[in-house]
Amino acid sequence: MNPFPVDLLLLSIATPLAAALIIAFGAHKKLALFLAYIGFSVPALVAVYLVAKFAGAPQHHGYAFFTSYDMGLAAWGIKLTLGLNGISLGLFALAGIVGFAAGFYALQSGAERLKYYLLLLLVMQGGLMGVFASVDIFFFYFFHEFALIATFIMVGVWGGRDRNYAAMMMTIYLTLGAMLSLAGLIAIYIKSGAGTFDLIALRETIAAQPLSALVQKNIFGILMFGFGVLVSLFPLHSWAPLGYGAAPSSAAMLHAGVLKKFGLYGLIQIALPLLPSGAGHWAHILGVLALCNVIVIGFVTIAQSDLKQMIGYSSVMHMGYAFLGIAAMSTLGVGGVVIMMIGHGLSVALLFLLATSIHHRTQTFDMAEMGGLAKQAPVLAAFFVATTFASIGLPGFANFWGELTIFIALWGFSKWMTIAAVAGIIISAIYGLRSAARVFFGPQSATFAKVAAEHSPADLRWSERVPALVLLAALLLVGFWPKIITTPLNAHLNHAPYISQK
Amino acid sequence: MTTDFITTTAQSGSNPWSYILPEISLGGLALLLLVFEIVFPKTLKRHIPTLSIIAQLGILVLTVCAAMRTRGNVSDYFYGMLANNTGAQFMRIFFVIVSILVHGLAMISLKKQRVPRTEFFHIVLVITAAMMLLAQAANFLMLFVALETVTVGFYILISYYRASPLSLEAGLKYLILGALSSGLLLFGIVLLYGVAGNPDIMSNIPLSEGGFRDPLGFERVFFGFTSGINPFLANTGLLLVLSGIAFKIGLVPFQIWIPDVYQGAPTPVTAFLSVGSKTAGFAVLLSLLRIIVFTPAAKVVVPFLVVMTFATIIFGNLAALTQHNVKRIMGLSGVSHAGFIMIGVLSMISVMSEEGYKSGLFTAIFVYLIAYALASFAVFGVMALVAGESDAEQELSDYHGLSKRSPFLAGVLAVGLGSLAGIPPLFGFMGKLLVFISAFQAGLYGMLAVAILGVVVSIYYYFGWLRAAFFQNWQTPTTPSDVPAHPADRIRVPVAMKALLAVLALASVFFGFYQKPVMDLLVLLRLA
Repeated sequence: MNPFPVDLLLLSIATPLAAALIIAFGAHKKLALFLAYIGFSVPALVAVYLVAKFAGAPQHHGYAFFTSYDMGLAAWGIKLTLGLNGISLGLFALAGIVGFAAGFYALQSGAERLKYYLLLLLVMQGGLMGVFASVDIFFFYFFHEFALIATFIMVGVWGGRDRNYAAMMMTIYLTLGAMLSLAGLIAIYIKSGAGTFDLIALRETIAAQPLSALVQKNIFGILMFGFGVLVSLFPLHSWAPLGYGAAPSSAAMLHAGVLKKFGLYGLIQIALPLLPSGAGHWAHILGVLALCNVIVIGFVTIAQSDLKQMIGYSSVMHMGYAFLGIAAMSTLGVGGVVIMMIGHGLSVALLFLLATSIHHRTQTFDMAEMGGLAKQAPVLAAFFVATTFASIGLPGFANFWGELTIFIALWGFSKWMTIAAVAGIIISAIYGLRSAARVFFGPQSATFAKVAAEHSPADLRWSERVPALVLLAALLLVGFWPKIITTPLNAHLNHAPYISQK
Repeated sequence: MTTDFITTTAQSGSNPWSYILPEISLGGLALLLLVFEIVFPKTLKRHIPTLSIIAQLGILVLTVCAAMRTRGNVSDYFYGMLANNTGAQFMRIFFVIVSILVHGLAMISLKKQRVPRTEFFHIVLVITAAMMLLAQAANFLMLFVALETVTVGFYILISYYRASPLSLEAGLKYLILGALSSGLLLFGIVLLYGVAGNPDIMSNIPLSEGGFRDPLGFERVFFGFTSGINPFLANTGLLLVLSGIAFKIGLVPFQIWIPDVYQGAPTPVTAFLSVGSKTAGFAVLLSLLRIIVFTPAAKVVVPFLVVMTFATIIFGNLAALTQHNVKRIMGLSGVSHAGFIMIGVLSMISVMSEEGYKSGLFTAIFVYLIAYALASFAVFGVMALVAGESDAEQELSDYHGLSKRSPFLAGVLAVGLGSLAGIPPLFGFMGKLLVFISAFQAGLYGMLAVAILGVVVSIYYYFGWLRAAFFQNWQTPTTPSDVPAHPADRIRVPVAMKALLAVLALASVFFGFYQKPVMDLLVLLRLA
């Protein structure tokens, strides 16, 4: 089936890592840049190719492009098993595309010691491709953690304000979340009695003999809070805005756009199907916490004056919608969450990219000191306004379908929650439009006028436009043609009897 | 006895001396080094450490051969003095490698001080041979003699920088506390001797077998425990023996010597203590496991071990939080690592007491040990190179700007510390993972919770160290790129050391992805 002599999934993981390894061994700068181009392009190309080929590919227990390698711990039930199903396909593509945009944006950023920055970014990218390509839940976790050291160093060395504090805080929070999730995954591994981390085998074992209600309740609780920390579930979210505010743009793009989806993906791919009654027990608590994400953090977002922090908070807020979709406990809700993740991943990455481009032109992230940038940089303004619309959830963009589906699913779960959540859209419209207005329209602030007089701000350069265009095109593609995601998703969810049909 | 011995030696195809050929050659090499020191002209003397390393590589091959030969064929040799204990063959190979790595560190570190050199390597070799015998000991007399050889060797090594008051202080502290723990150990052995040598149980003993003949043999002591004569004496004796071992491992409350001694000791000795001596303690613990698990003593001893393990993880991590001296950080974090390995041992104990002995139980511990050794030596290697004139005063602030002064060392440090913290994809994570899985299988949920918190806390000091190495003194946008803030501070790394560190760091990365070579080794040694 595969016309290439290599396993494409493995290739998409190995290329960035191999490039990073060669750079680590002292490749000189030109070679390093070349390797980075390769390392970021190959995963994106593989992702696009596999999305196109998915429909016709032969499936192994619901997974296309299935392969398995023994890395030495087969006796413990750990094997590098790769494959894509309806849920992971879209996210794998998201990782490839956002990685491509983040990588290309970093390549032109001219950062100090660019070589090492690219190295760390490549390590992160390799891990991200692995997260969504893994069928083995151990490797799913393992790949996620690639980003931990890399992010720590990237935030600390190339970061902005408060980077020293932010890097440490972020890392400790993320380790706590990761360790809790690991405990939950090991609990599934042991309690199911399957003796393997292979998700297919786990599903079959648990389908034949479900775990007891108490065990399910405990494990789901651990996983919910463990993954919750990683996805910035209220009240464990405080690392996210701070960390994203301090992180260099490409790291923030990858982290907020893709890495954060790890926890949600884990909940819908692993926790919901394997622990349905546990999920039922926690659904209401999760729903309330998620509403706090939407409403409380929504108001906090309005109060932000720092552009990057505001984007960070808005990403925390939108994670609330995703959690609400999970709390709805239905096939429809899960489908909505997947589309939501893709839409949000693309739009938040684009926002971080544009925020940095704005920063280059205004020398500040403080929105009070900006204004009227649309005159000098109309293309930048157009991109920003379009992305803001996407992020609010206007039709025509991917986010719209995600939010709509989640609301419909949520109506069947709890009517008052749905009303509150829909009201949240108004909040995101307020801060989204206000930020666009404060940055691009209205009169120039005195500070910005001074900066603009010294260096007249130019419009987006082509090296910035290409990654931004890729992201925007993907947003519009899914917005106008959601079938590209939903067809495989429907096929998967309809054949998944383990999620309660509603 | 003597004639008996000679006839057996002459007759049997399995000459017991041949089993301990590696230990003998290490001892011989140690003596040879001293001869070289006298005989060689000054120009050649410089190469004595290199010679020693090359000879040890040969001995390593010999050890692997001996281990392969011994692993399944013999149970005990030298009339039950030595035995093929669980993990003994692994430990022998492990200790030879540790010794080689300590040589490597010492070649860097000793150069910075004005001290005699050959004696240092001599003592390291003797200690290594003693540790290898310790891992095979099947008799309390053998155990004590081997353990004392190790401890006495360390008395000298720790205060080797005799011009440094901190080194002398460390030596004195180790001497006093070491002597105390040896005393406890010996007292415990005497009590066990009293139980196992009790004439009342003589009538039931099958006297034909070697291990049973001597009241100090492990088999005989085991028999003494199961015969149920005077359980109070027996349990007290075992607890005292375990406290002697806990001193070596560094379990709370026997860890008080660690911070000061680790700080004062020369860096290679600190590495030797934290990897070699600690592992030797675990080797003894594993060889006593039968007595701990399968006798009535388990009811008394295991709860003690559980409490000690809890305390060890909590204390090690919390105490390391406030440290600024990197050697103290390594010491105290080493305490918490001992706690993690103890979780593996305890989960093994609880599975064994229910289901009996299974060879797969040990995998987690040995994987953890290998990962810990690889990562520790990478970090200690960086420390040896970064250290200035005063070996005992290596502060976090000395690491400021390391990523500029030597990106290579900073990279190795990141890999080493990441592996110690247990972050994927580094090998240290695999050790932690297998220990966690074992703990889960054994149902030690409380311990698992403490371990998870321990890992989260450890992030602060491990990454705090990385923060010192990477973040500080970096924010100088005005300086032209690629020119270090203090060009004089650029650290020169000898090529051999660079290769060694690269191998250690790459091994930590590579085994993190691909564990097959390690698992194959363990299967070969019948440990997985």
